[in-house]
Amino acid sequence: MSVLLDGFLVRATLAALGVALAAAPLGCFVVWRRMAYFGDAIAHAAILGIALSLALSLPVFPAVLAAALLMSVAVSLLSGRTMAEDTALGVLAHGALAVGLVAVSLVPGVRVDLTAYLLGDILSVGRSDLLIIWGGAILVVALMTWQWSALLTATLDADLAQAAGIDARRSQLILTVGLAITVAVAIKIVGVLLVAALLVVPPAAARPFARTPEAMAVLAAGIGALSAVSGVAISWQLDTPTGPSIVSAAAFIFAVSQIASRRLDSR
Amino acid sequence: MPLFTIRNLSVAYGGKTVLSHVDMDVSKGEIVTIVGPNGSGKSTLLRAIVGSVIPATGSVSKPTGMTIGYVPQTLSLHPGLPLTVRRFLSLPIPVSDDAAAKALELTGADNLGAAAMSSLSGGQFQRVLLARAVLGSPDLLLLDEPTQGLDQPGSAAFYRLIDTLRHEIGCAVVMVSHELHVVMSASDRVICLNGHICCEGTPEVVSNAPEYRALFGTLTGGALALYRHEHDHDHAGAHTHDHAHDPSHGPGRDA
Repeated sequence: MSVLLDGFLVRATLAALGVALAAAPLGCFVVWRRMAYFGDAIAHAAILGIALSLALSLPVFPAVLAAALLMSVAVSLLSGRTMAEDTALGVLAHGALAVGLVAVSLVPGVRVDLTAYLLGDILSVGRSDLLIIWGGAILVVALMTWQWSALLTATLDADLAQAAGIDARRSQLILTVGLAITVAVAIKIVGVLLVAALLVVPPAAARPFARTPEAMAVLAAGIGALSAVSGVAISWQLDTPTGPSIVSAAAFIFAVSQIASRRLDSR
Repeated sequence: MPLFTIRNLSVAYGGKTVLSHVDMDVSKGEIVTIVGPNGSGKSTLLRAIVGSVIPATGSVSKPTGMTIGYVPQTLSLHPGLPLTVRRFLSLPIPVSDDAAAKALELTGADNLGAAAMSSLSGGQFQRVLLARAVLGSPDLLLLDEPTQGLDQPGSAAFYRLIDTLRHEIGCAVVMVSHELHVVMSASDRVICLNGHICCEGTPEVVSNAPEYRALFGTLTGGALALYRHEHDHDHAGAHTHDHAHDPSHGPGRDA
């Protein structure tokens, strides 16, 4: 019995760690490029992907990935002359969430536990899930590492990047794909509602203690990992939903980081 | 032989033509200044040279391997992005500490390497942007209103610095400016732009051209008057002397 318990707790912890590691470097760019709402919209679109996978009996991962990519296309098509981007994102994010929830409940023959998708169901992570999560996480971290300098330059200024031979539009595409992959692997861990928090909170907590972009990303990964491990532990001890527990732990670390940095400043 | 050529370049944003039928040659080591009222397409022209905008007609022909050092109008740093000057200089191509220190020295931003970008004054910030642009000795230096936020002595010093750099690196310089009076004296050639090229030539020729006067004579009467004023001084020889040798206005002194 205890071996079995160890098994799923270990899997849960490993899964949460994988997602936290992928989310950290990507989350830094989400912060620096003011893409928090964009991340939210992509995450909310994931519920549409889940409806799609239930209706067509597809695996969840590719369906969510497709929905997330479609959402990013919709955002870029809709924002423009007559609509500010945050309005477009607001309409699309909440629209996708609502339509997704309706669609999931309409899928015939399945009684779905919606909270598992909204808040994550980390304790049901199986071996194959773990493989997908870590595969996706490694892919995202590799993509970020490979493109780091180019992405950073494009984030500072599009023309500055272009003058150095970097295509700023390509950078945006890389970040969008990275976001879609991260959201797709994170759904099972933190759920649709809180994916964006995992992207934004650890980098925000890391910021006061970093002097370079790289230090911020590494520190954010550490904070994300700490949140993941303590979130799973809290969830196990107190029988609380795991996704919200992880994000609560991250928010707590953020609060401590803010207080600590003010103290340091005032000294 | 020109460094690069622009032929029949037109650019449109959403159906509205911003630049039409621009022809332009820039030679090696030349300083070309683009002047023009707001919305005249100055920044668009620079962005077309960089390759950020797709022309509606015509083309910018740059030799393959031509390197560009670009100084943007502003760099809006996100407060959430920690960035030291040293790290900024290595974006996107890593440079050695020696090269970084030399570039900072060249632009009068000595010893700023460890400083956070967000802690710099306006003058220091522009010098650091310039330091990054001259790293790797580019063939062309592109500056989009590089002295925004600098006071008059500050911008005069900045333009003298650009002239010095042009000789040090041997690069061509294309810049956009609003400060007609200062820029005119610092340029080999001035292009007056208003959606199309109104007139071009040496600063003396352009400032006397009827097209230029039609655009700026009423719009920026003050600046033109100031230019004339300095022009008079140039003839007397006193003004240039004063500026060139006054160490308190030298590069690196404003902070």
